Amino acid sequence: MQFWLIQTLNSVAFGGLLFLLSSGFSLIFGLMRMPNLAHGAFFMLGAYFGASFLAWGINFWLAALLSGLAVGALGLIMERGLLRRLAGNGQGQVLVTLGISFIIADVCLMVWTGDPVPVPAPQGLRAPTFFIGYAFPTYRLVVLGVAILAAIALHVLMERTRLGAMIRAGVDDMEMARGVGIPVSRLFMLVFLLGAALAGLGGTIGGPIMSAYPGLDADMLPLALVVVILGGVGSLAGAFVGSFIVGFIYNFGTALFPDFAYVILFLPMVLVLVLMPQGLFAGAAR
Amino acid sequence: MNRPLLACLIALVLLVVLPHLGMGDYYINLFSQILIFALFAASVNLIVGYGGMISLGHAAYLGIAAYSCTWLVTHGYGQLTAALGALMLTTLVAAVFGMLALRATGLSFLMITLALGQIVWGLAYRWVALTNGDNGMALPARPAPFGISLNGATSFYYFALLVFACAIFCIWRMVHSPFGAALKGARDQPRRMSMLGHDVWMIRWLAFILSGFWAGVAGLLFIYYQKFVSPYALSLQQSAEVLLMTILGGAGTLSGPVVGAVIVTLVKNVASSYVERWNALLGLIFVVAVMFMPHGIVPGLVQWRRAATRRKAKAVGLVPPTAEPPRADTPRPAPDAKLERSA
Amino acid sequence: MTFDRRSVLKGIGAGVGVAAIGMPAVLRAQTKPFRIGFMTVKTGPLASGGIQLEQGLNIYMKERNNILAGIPVEVFTVDTGGAPAVALTKMQELVERNQISCLIGPLSTQEALALDDVIRQTKTPTVSVAAADDMTQRRANPWFVRVTATSSQCSHVMGDYAAKDLKYKRAVTIADDIAYGHEQNAGFQQVFEADGGKVVQKLWPPLAVPDYGTYIAQLKTNVDCVFAAFAGSNGFRFFRQFNEYGLKGKVPLLGGMTAFDEALLQQMGDDAIGLLSVNYYSAELDNPANKKFVEAMRRDYKVDPGYYGAATYTAAAVLEAALKTVGPKGMDDKEALMKALRTNKVEDTCRGPVSFDTYGNVVGNVYIRKVEKKGGRLVNSVIKTYENVSQFWNYGPEAFLKNPVYSRDYPPAKNLEP
Repeated sequence: MQFWLIQTLNSVAFGGLLFLLSSGFSLIFGLMRMPNLAHGAFFMLGAYFGASFLAWGINFWLAALLSGLAVGALGLIMERGLLRRLAGNGQGQVLVTLGISFIIADVCLMVWTGDPVPVPAPQGLRAPTFFIGYAFPTYRLVVLGVAILAAIALHVLMERTRLGAMIRAGVDDMEMARGVGIPVSRLFMLVFLLGAALAGLGGTIGGPIMSAYPGLDADMLPLALVVVILGGVGSLAGAFVGSFIVGFIYNFGTALFPDFAYVILFLPMVLVLVLMPQGLFAGAAR
Repeated sequence: MNRPLLACLIALVLLVVLPHLGMGDYYINLFSQILIFALFAASVNLIVGYGGMISLGHAAYLGIAAYSCTWLVTHGYGQLTAALGALMLTTLVAAVFGMLALRATGLSFLMITLALGQIVWGLAYRWVALTNGDNGMALPARPAPFGISLNGATSFYYFALLVFACAIFCIWRMVHSPFGAALKGARDQPRRMSMLGHDVWMIRWLAFILSGFWAGVAGLLFIYYQKFVSPYALSLQQSAEVLLMTILGGAGTLSGPVVGAVIVTLVKNVASSYVERWNALLGLIFVVAVMFMPHGIVPGLVQWRRAATRRKAKAVGLVPPTAEPPRADTPRPAPDAKLERSA
Repeated sequence: MTFDRRSVLKGIGAGVGVAAIGMPAVLRAQTKPFRIGFMTVKTGPLASGGIQLEQGLNIYMKERNNILAGIPVEVFTVDTGGAPAVALTKMQELVERNQISCLIGPLSTQEALALDDVIRQTKTPTVSVAAADDMTQRRANPWFVRVTATSSQCSHVMGDYAAKDLKYKRAVTIADDIAYGHEQNAGFQQVFEADGGKVVQKLWPPLAVPDYGTYIAQLKTNVDCVFAAFAGSNGFRFFRQFNEYGLKGKVPLLGGMTAFDEALLQQMGDDAIGLLSVNYYSAELDNPANKKFVEAMRRDYKVDPGYYGAATYTAAAVLEAALKTVGPKGMDDKEALMKALRTNKVEDTCRGPVSFDTYGNVVGNVYIRKVEKKGGRLVNSVIKTYENVSQFWNYGPEAFLKNPVYSRDYPPAKNLEP
């Protein structure tokens, strides 16, 4: 009983964290068809920024927003300065985004040293919550809540706003969108900013769970990729569902098949991709 | 006069006399390593450059070859048997992995290769009985083909150079064979190729297997040189590094991966002695290179030279004004360096 | 981008390094320097430990004004980024271009094992912190000296302490699923069960695990203690998540060698108070060498030394003693130097007195430490000292080496509960 309850909670909470991580990646990929391999580094930067803002006494949620803005601004510069020139050049994009992540990782090492840095959770959320006598970290439930809020906000943005309509048009058919006068270039800029900001925000919000440490980027990037691939590339709904599926696979997989812990995320993913190369929700995505 | 051939000959002569320029063993060993990684990058180039599919799990083949060779030697098999066995196993694994990975294209392809690479990496850590976990496996000795010892830096360099030259020759032949044309065709015009009756999947699969095979050869050189293999050789960093070498130098060109391997190996091993933040330097090189040469260094240099010749020609009035150079934002790639056009 | 001044000088062939310039003119004129290669990791995920290694060595050299036992020394620092293949190239650079007489480092076991062959061939006396048991046991390299501890050396002690002093009967272990974790864990289990305890559950999170929640939820809570053996930032993350799940205060947490290192302690916050761990060193050790060392570390780097910082500081002290034995004339005699390194007993290192067994591993004190708050900072106070602990615990080399090397499945866990 305890096992199933706690692991289920673990799974959905981890799924929430994964959605915060991967939604930005999915957004960028959906519109720009570009794998932003600096996404893990953005997330790590968000965690470090969050730790520093909190150390200066800034309120947690404000710190998360500020980290999001800071990382978003970085993303904006990167898109305007570098990536804009590489449209359609997949290899160039890989080189630049990995290059940027090398630089970010090294700068983080320089600024925050190699020691792990804690990102404390908000004061009131540190004590565990009890479910039928079993303790579960309150903060993780909050992360789940934030992820759901973020998902709703993104959904509204995409479905109910002009910007969202333009993005959808761009995702569907870039040439057509250009043809009907949608400012595609500005759209790219906005989407990249939003995607990077989501990673930065996710970094701070995930901070109390993950902490900030060198290597966080390399640990998170494959997770984002797994989620996005499982959910079907470029679909927010897919990323949402994919996050929770990965959450369940990871938590129950490692608990039930401990010998496969090293490959628990990648083995099912290969199976899914081999059977359904377009991801689990290819048909339902749009 | 055949200029590429001449250039190749000059390069070969340079490479042959290199150890006799009065450098110490340190530099000769460094060049051996460059050759190994250049071959590794050239193997990746088959699938990334000519096939147009980005693989982020190629360390698996290097590692499997190194591990299986070491395992066979330490379990009493001869060096030749071990080498052949390792190559066979690596090629077989590449065939299976290729079958899985080629179910998809684009980002999904990248992701399957990454996932398969991570699975192999996980096995190396976890299957301790076979791999000795993170304590790695040591190769007792380098082989001595025809009784020639490879223990010295110079002799090993020549061995590596021989293997490298053979490999590059084979790859060059393949690229310029009908199969190579078909592979590039499958990259640029997959639909047309299908309509022309080519089995695009089969072409890509064969390229994938060949790529795995040459990565296996690089893996053998790697283990002969290092005499030690640990899970690090299978890591995502290693896969990313060799992919970056390939793209940096220019995927889809014969010399591009070599140039990339030279730069990355030198930064990692030599520049890191002088520049403390060499990781950032490496990242900076990638970014700057791609800014000025969006398709890699070799295609970039070719294009620059063309532009320069054209300017010169224009200056003396040899080119009619209609032949404007292409606009900067739509670079005309070198014939060999066309990139994937998939949306 | 910063340039390493020493390396740059070396690179442009400035002849005499900074170290030599800093010396009194008389010495410079008379003696050629003793060259030390120092291999560490200053970039990538392992940099934390590597930077502390460098700090410890820097402090020692600064204190001695780059003169050990009357011999001027030059230190050549290289950064491998944690890659075994790069370590090999750097080793060749050190041996061939810098002509080192002795190597301090490398940091990780994978790197050290990658160098095994070249160390033997070049006969370079090597003082490393790499912890893999077999490097001084079944695959002992005659040129290798370890001044810190094997992976299992300290956890033997924790097993004993948990069973005998704390009277714990039932334990859960959790450790990184890598050799370092396996060996630490096995050491604890071996002694704990020999002393009458039972390990009822063993958990193995993989190296790059994103989240420990799933493991913490599985931890049995009807036990006396949890033994946690983690490397680097993993111990830090595990500890924070352990608290998140409200387990702090419910089940005592015992730490392995690097779990609650001084480098992590300040960041762990007051939640850490009361935690027990075991190590060959503590910044709180009350001896003159350590007092000087800790003071200098706090002054120069604003940190307390831990596992890694003390490692190079001790290594330098052991090296200095060996140089004293061989003298300026014998310093290039590698055999003599190696013999001195392994046979000297050095009484006054920062970790206490050390000597070496015939396999090149240290015999020295191991400390049980408790996290306390002193003067506003968290420290690992020593609560019990086990003197002159050998890597073979009290089994003796012959009996010990007859068994297979410690691993995930050895010693076999007979008391696991479903």
